[in-house]
Amino acid sequence: MLPKIISKKNFKGFVEALLAENNVVAPVKKDGKYAFSEVESFDEIALTYDTTILSPRKYFFPQEETLVKFKMGEGEPKAESVVEAKPRVILGIHPCDIAATWLLDVVFSQNPADPNYLEKRKRAILIGYNCGQPCDQYAFCKDMGTHKAESGFDLMLTDLGDRYFVEIGSPEGEALLSAGDFEDADADDLKALQKFNDEKETRFVKRIPYDTKFLPEILEASHDSLVWEAIGRKCFSCGACNLTCPTCYCFNIKDEVTANLMEGARKRCWDSCQLKDFAAVAGGENFRKDRSARLRHRFFRKGKWIMERYGKLGCVGCGRCDRSCLAKINSVEVYTQLAGDRRK
Amino acid sequence: MTIKEEESAVAPSIFLPRMGRIVAAKMLTEKEKFFRVVLGDGKPLGHKPGQFVEVSLFGIGEAPISICSSPTQVDSFEMCVRAVGSVTNAMHRLEAGATLGLRGPYGNGFDMDAMKGSDMLFVAGGLGMAPARGVIKYCLDRRNDFGKVTILYGAKNPKELLFTDDLAEWAARPDCEFHVTVDRPDDTWKGNRGVITTLFKLVKINPSNTHTVIIGPPVMYKYAILEALSAGVPENRILCSLERRMKCGVGRCGHCQIGNVYVCKEGPVFSYAQIKRLREGI
Repeated sequence: MLPKIISKKNFKGFVEALLAENNVVAPVKKDGKYAFSEVESFDEIALTYDTTILSPRKYFFPQEETLVKFKMGEGEPKAESVVEAKPRVILGIHPCDIAATWLLDVVFSQNPADPNYLEKRKRAILIGYNCGQPCDQYAFCKDMGTHKAESGFDLMLTDLGDRYFVEIGSPEGEALLSAGDFEDADADDLKALQKFNDEKETRFVKRIPYDTKFLPEILEASHDSLVWEAIGRKCFSCGACNLTCPTCYCFNIKDEVTANLMEGARKRCWDSCQLKDFAAVAGGENFRKDRSARLRHRFFRKGKWIMERYGKLGCVGCGRCDRSCLAKINSVEVYTQLAGDRRK
Repeated sequence: MTIKEEESAVAPSIFLPRMGRIVAAKMLTEKEKFFRVVLGDGKPLGHKPGQFVEVSLFGIGEAPISICSSPTQVDSFEMCVRAVGSVTNAMHRLEAGATLGLRGPYGNGFDMDAMKGSDMLFVAGGLGMAPARGVIKYCLDRRNDFGKVTILYGAKNPKELLFTDDLAEWAARPDCEFHVTVDRPDDTWKGNRGVITTLFKLVKINPSNTHTVIIGPPVMYKYAILEALSAGVPENRILCSLERRMKCGVGRCGHCQIGNVYVCKEGPVFSYAQIKRLREGI
C-alpha cells in the first residue's frame, strides 16, 4: 500500500466526511490540557497536542463497562451477555499510544480471548499522528522505542507543513481513503518525510542511562533494594499512575442493581494495584500490604513481567504516571537509581 | 464514508455465568456451609481436583470458591463456604432449590495422573480441608491407583472440624491412615492436641515415593513444608494450593498475581520447587 499525500485544505474535507457518518474521537483542549473526546466538528480537534490526560485505552477498555445484564425479581434469575461495541475513528493517536494499544491487543486476545475488549477494538480505526517533538520533560518514549510507529495504525499522518504524509497500515485504512482527496506521494514527499523523521530523532533524547533491554535483569537484581522503601515513603497509594497508564489492564468486577432490586448489571471497572486492598484475600491476609511492595509490583510489571509474558516491555514511556504523580515519583529517576553506576 | 459494521456474530462475554441449582445445603460448623450443586444443563462440571469456580449471586457479585468434591462424583459437585464477604454471606442464606451463577472450573488443579502409583500424604488445616477433600475423595474412589493414603487434619477447636461424616469414614477405613488434631481442645476432646505439624511424628513417610498435598491458612505452609522436607520428600512432590482473591479467573484482573504468576491460571496448585522462587508466595 503505497503512501499518500493530502493537502491541509483537503484534510479538513476528509475529516468532515468522516465526521458526517462516524463516531470520531480526537484530542481536544480541556482545562489547559488535552483529552481524547468525541468530536462533532473539525475545529474542535487539536491535532498538535502535547499529550492527553488519558490514552485512547478508555475506548477499548473503558473505566466501566457492562459484561452481563441480569434480572433477579420473581422466579429464576436470568443473565445475558453484553458486549458493547460501536464503530469509531480515533484520530491523532501518538506512536506511544499505538504501541500501548498493540500490547493491550495481545493481552486481551489470548487464552481466553475477551470479546468485551476485542469487539470494541475490531471496530476502531486508528489514525496516528507522528509527533515531531517530545510531549514534555516527562516523556521517555525514545528509551522504550515507542516514539515512532511502523505498524499498529490504520493510517499515520506526518505534518509536512502544507500537507500531510499518509502511511497506510491496513486494508481498513486504505478503504478510508475514498473519503478524501488523496494523491500518491512522490519522491519529494518521501524526502520531506525522511527529513521530518531525521529531525525528530535529534529532538527526542534518551533519558535512562542504559538500554532498556537490560530493565528486566536490573529489576531482578533490585528486588530487595531499599529504593522501593524510599519511594514507598513518598507514595500516597492514590493509584493515579495506574489510571493514567495506557497499558494498565487490571480490573475489578462489581454488580450494580436498580433501585427496585429487580435487575442489574455486572460491570468491569479499572482497578489499581497501588490501592491497599488490591492483593487482600478473604481470610484476611494482605500479600502486598506495604506501599513499597505495591510500587515494586507496578515497576516489575512494567519493566519485567509483561516483557517475560508478552515479549514487550509493559511501559511505553509516555510519562503519564510521572506527570500525574502527586508525590513526584519519577520512573526515569527510579530506573536510573536502581542501576547505580551501571552505564551502557 | 461509513465504517462497515462487522457482520459476523459477536462472541458472548467470557464473564457470562452458567446456571446451577443447589440440591443440598447444610451448615457444617457455625461459619461454614456445605452446598451440592447440579448444573442447569445436567452435565458434569468436568473439573480436576483442586480447581475452583467463580460463584455469582446476581446483584451481589462473584467469589472464587474451591470445589470440595471429586470429579469421580459426576452428577453434582460440592462446595464448602465460609461466610466472610458479601457473596459468601449471601450464599449462607441459600437453601436447596436456589439458583446460582457459575463460571469455571478455573485453575490448574492437581495432576492426578502424575501422582498415580505414589503414596499420598495429605496435610489440611482449617478450611484447607475443603479443596483437600476433593483430592482425598478422588484417591479413595480410585484406591488401586495410589499407594498408601495418609491424611493429617488440624483445626482450631473440635467445633470447627469440617466433614465429620467423611472424617469418621476415613478413620474407620483400613486402607487409609487418618490423624486429626485441634489447637484448642474443649472438655469433650480426647484426641491429639496441638498444631498440625505435631501429627507428622505419628506417620511413616517413604520419601522416595510420596506426594505431599498441603492446603491450609497462609501461616501453615512454611511449617508443614519444613516437615515434609525434613522427611526427605523432594521439593517437586510437595504440592500446595494457594489462596488468592481471583476476581476474573482468566489470568487478567491482576488480583491474584504473585510475581509474574497468575494464581487463577498457573495455580492455585504449586509445587514447593515453584513456590520457593515465588516471592510473596507463602
